[in-house]
Amino acid sequence: MSVDAATVKRIATLARIRIEDAALPRMVEELNGILAWVEMLREVDTQGVEPMAGGAPTGQPSLRMREDEVTDGGIAEAILANAPDREGPYFAVPKVVE
Amino acid sequence: MSKPTDLTIAAARAALARREISAVELTRACLDAIARLNPRLNAFITITAESALRQAEESDRRIAQGMARPLEGIPLGIKDLFCTAGVRTTAASRILGNFTPPYESTVTAHLLRDGAVFLGKLNLDEFAMGSSNATSAFGPVENPWSRANDPETRLVPGGSSGGSAAAVAARLVLGATATDTGGSIRQPAAFCGVAGIKPSYGRCSRFGIVAFASSLDQAGPIARDVRDCAILLRSMAGFDPRDSTSADLPVPDFEAAVERGVAGLRIGIPREYRMEGMPAEIEALWQQGIAWLREAGAEIVDVSLPHTKYALPTYYIVAPAEASSNLARYDGVRFGAREEGEDLRDLYERTRAAGFGAEVRRRILIGTYVLSAGYYDAYYLKAQQVRALIRRDFEQAWERCDALLTPATPTAAFALGEKTEDPVAMYLNDVFTVPANLAGLPGMAVPAGLDAQGLPLALQVIGRPFDEETVFAVAGVLERAADFRATPRLIA
Amino acid sequence: MSYTIQGATGPWEVVVGLEVHAQVISRSKLFSGAATAFGAEPNSQVSFIDAGFPGMLPVINRECVAQAVRTGLGLKAQINLWSRFDRKNYFYADLPQGYQISQYAHPIVGRGSVEIELSDGSRKTIGIARLHLEQDAGKSLHDQHPTKSFIDLNRSGVALMEIVSEPDMRSPEEAGAYLAKLRQILRYLGTCDGNMDEGSMRADVNVSVRRPGEGFRTRCEVKNVNSVKFVMQAVEAEARRQIEVWESGGEVEQETRLFDVARGITRSMRSKEDAHDYRYFPDPDLPPLVLDPAWVEELKASLPELPDERRARYIAMGLSAYDAHVLTLERETAAYFEEVAQGRDPKLAANWVTGELFAALNRMKRDITDPPVSARHLGELLDLIADETISGKIAKDVFEIMLETGEAPRAIVESRGLKQVKDSSAIEAAAAQVLAAHADKVAEYRAGKEKLFGFFVGQVMKAMQGKGNPALVNEVLRKLLG
Ligand SMILES: [Mg+2]
Ligand SMILES: [Zn+2]
Repeated sequence: MSVDAATVKRIATLARIRIEDAALPRMVEELNGILAWVEMLREVDTQGVEPMAGGAPTGQPSLRMREDEVTDGGIAEAILANAPDREGPYFAVPKVVE
Repeated sequence: MSKPTDLTIAAARAALARREISAVELTRACLDAIARLNPRLNAFITITAESALRQAEESDRRIAQGMARPLEGIPLGIKDLFCTAGVRTTAASRILGNFTPPYESTVTAHLLRDGAVFLGKLNLDEFAMGSSNATSAFGPVENPWSRANDPETRLVPGGSSGGSAAAVAARLVLGATATDTGGSIRQPAAFCGVAGIKPSYGRCSRFGIVAFASSLDQAGPIARDVRDCAILLRSMAGFDPRDSTSADLPVPDFEAAVERGVAGLRIGIPREYRMEGMPAEIEALWQQGIAWLREAGAEIVDVSLPHTKYALPTYYIVAPAEASSNLARYDGVRFGAREEGEDLRDLYERTRAAGFGAEVRRRILIGTYVLSAGYYDAYYLKAQQVRALIRRDFEQAWERCDALLTPATPTAAFALGEKTEDPVAMYLNDVFTVPANLAGLPGMAVPAGLDAQGLPLALQVIGRPFDEETVFAVAGVLERAADFRATPRLIA
Repeated sequence: MSYTIQGATGPWEVVVGLEVHAQVISRSKLFSGAATAFGAEPNSQVSFIDAGFPGMLPVINRECVAQAVRTGLGLKAQINLWSRFDRKNYFYADLPQGYQISQYAHPIVGRGSVEIELSDGSRKTIGIARLHLEQDAGKSLHDQHPTKSFIDLNRSGVALMEIVSEPDMRSPEEAGAYLAKLRQILRYLGTCDGNMDEGSMRADVNVSVRRPGEGFRTRCEVKNVNSVKFVMQAVEAEARRQIEVWESGGEVEQETRLFDVARGITRSMRSKEDAHDYRYFPDPDLPPLVLDPAWVEELKASLPELPDERRARYIAMGLSAYDAHVLTLERETAAYFEEVAQGRDPKLAANWVTGELFAALNRMKRDITDPPVSARHLGELLDLIADETISGKIAKDVFEIMLETGEAPRAIVESRGLKQVKDSSAIEAAAAQVLAAHADKVAEYRAGKEKLFGFFVGQVMKAMQGKGNPALVNEVLRKLLG
């Protein structure tokens, strides 16, 4: 499979990364280079192979559960301290029209 | 006595205990070395001299009171991917702006608990994506080594933990934290002639480490020798209830394992690692390593890891996919840099275009593509299946051997600016290291010789799940046999 | 008779499925230790995990898992002992991580069912396709500033159960009854408070229309409808819109719409064009959720009685189907009734709760959770009737005084001298007076006009301010008139 300029634009929109039209051909070429290379996985017979999700070397352990206790929060100032824009106790972004 | 910066961690620990040197003296020696060499090496993004000296003073007080902790007064560098409370953390990206986390990563918290002194934050490839440290928004790191016949050409330290490896090699720090997603500890350690171990997935907590690819990321140390790595890993490792993938296992005394020897161990030599076009020097080094281990009493066995050649393409689907999701939080809303836009979407697109460098953007796009509707099965699911086969290859190998010996990298360090045109050529750097990440296994790089240009080359030891002790035992034997004493041109 | 909408070209059937988001009752969030309480100061119940800060990792809350299992059991559904969390990737200002942790491919709860009752008394089973656990997003405020939206992350990371029905509903009434029943079950289970005003339950309503007997046509999803009434209105409005589209030769397009409550219509949501590529994949931060079957059994054993079972039990106790229905609608009502009925005549208790008490609640605009008369006092009042301290008629007067004063019934009866008179000499005296005053009627009675007996009873009771023991009054009168 290979990508064309329109696909790369669509993917960039999904990823919310602006790509100038002038930069598109190069990006298309690079992505196609990578995609052509990973194509080699097709030759591997994976019929019936359980996909490996997660990185545990001995197979996935089961999820550990924590107790239902309030141990966090109450730190609004620390949460907001790095915000590029804030209004009082809120983060602020350009107005969103629903 | 030699210069303080020449001390290994083990030696410094002894010297501090015997009061032959103070923690403040040791820290000052490192800070002086940093002041002198960092302007050229660019290994540090942030230097925390003041707080380092305060920590060293505290260490001296504790040593005086006989209350020294395991790493008391040992000056370390911290890869700038670990969140450090009150100290700017950049991931070497513009997008994090002046982000100052109010929290400490578990790994660095463990080191602080044990009395380590932090000299500052070390440079890396942006978001740990790269094998040359050239993708850092804070400029490339220079490898302190150079070619004997061409000393002017600046070489890369490898990546992504290039700052960590370079700082250890140039003796700006006694040891450093690093992370390894596809080889980011072992490849730079190899390029810089130092030791580094990526432990088993789950051995070190990922809490507070800026995520690249969650199922592959592991923290580990880079240090001057195998014993120092063992000392650091013992502090860094340990179960953390704040990381759901952290392994609830006791942390062994890794240092004790370094002296264990290999008598009676079966060492597997995976035949598929003998790659076409591999330099003769690498092959020769590998054969040398095999001979050393045999002489030390190990049994050498041939093993097969049939899916080895699929490891890199598998990695370059899985890692970008996870990264594309992990990096979605960098959107200019709650922290980090923001580019203003006409509306929210425009703000996102401008912020992320300006904030991420080319390699990160490329990987986010690949990752987004392989997860998108209609492509998931062909790419992501397929890669997960091949990943399962790669892990199975290792499981089968463990029936025949106790550890694997391979080269660490296919080449020695290359020049800055080389391999930048073709991303795939750059990716091939990690051909020997990536399989251990995919399978979650511990892997260690040990400097073992020099190439014809006088550049360091390393061997890699891969172990069974959570059997870092055997890895340290094998690495210890290799290190003693290799007796690697060469030093780089740029050194404190 | 099944529900259809008459279009210009003939009748249309409506097909409805609901996706209900129900906020899980828990102290802390699904993956962080921040509190979940409603109405806190902005961003005060937010951890760095909920705000998507670098290096933060999720750790699951056991109670949220337990609540999902309880709910699954309450919906008579399959509990999946192996489930998994996936990431749903999209960008939005109140989605801090850039993805929602949800369960896509492997939900914790599989197929189940809910039985609804309709106004004609018929019952119908609605299939549950699945229930999964997921994180809520934060809240955007769009009306606080001329050019900015404000973001409050207090809700970010709160556990939600998304309960997806099969497209089994065929009318606005069925959709409303299903939502009401679901809410009732969750409230009985104590897994969701069902406060729709506070957004604890929101429904996405999937609507399509078809000619009777046809297969399914394209559906539209009406997002975030937050009351039973609005769900019913939204179904009807959306169905009528689609019928118009089909009948005018058009094609209904699959899309996401909003219900405009003020205008009673649905409208298309702006620019959702690429919102559908969520790039789901297993969350690498979270190993699979594997449940211990013994734990599931424990949760099952500790499950409270559900509304259907409780109603059946009430009917078996002798209550009418209607009383059993209204008493079990709200868990609090049933609890009140049970306290009143404890050790007493259940039918009498039901009459008083559904009669006098409900009337009083209505009149006073109060809720069963804040009753003007406690269940204990009402029970005492019934005891006074049962042991003949007062008559049922006097009891109603006592009840009124209880409403006004909050006093205990026994104290009211004592202090106001409302005790029934069982002293036959006092009754005989009163009866003799009545008979003497109505000598003419006595004659008529004795001449055979027997129905006058009731008149004499009434007069005696009146003379005794209602306090005469009715049986004794009867007995005395029969003797005197004998
Ligand atoms: Mg939905
Ligand atoms: Zn949902």
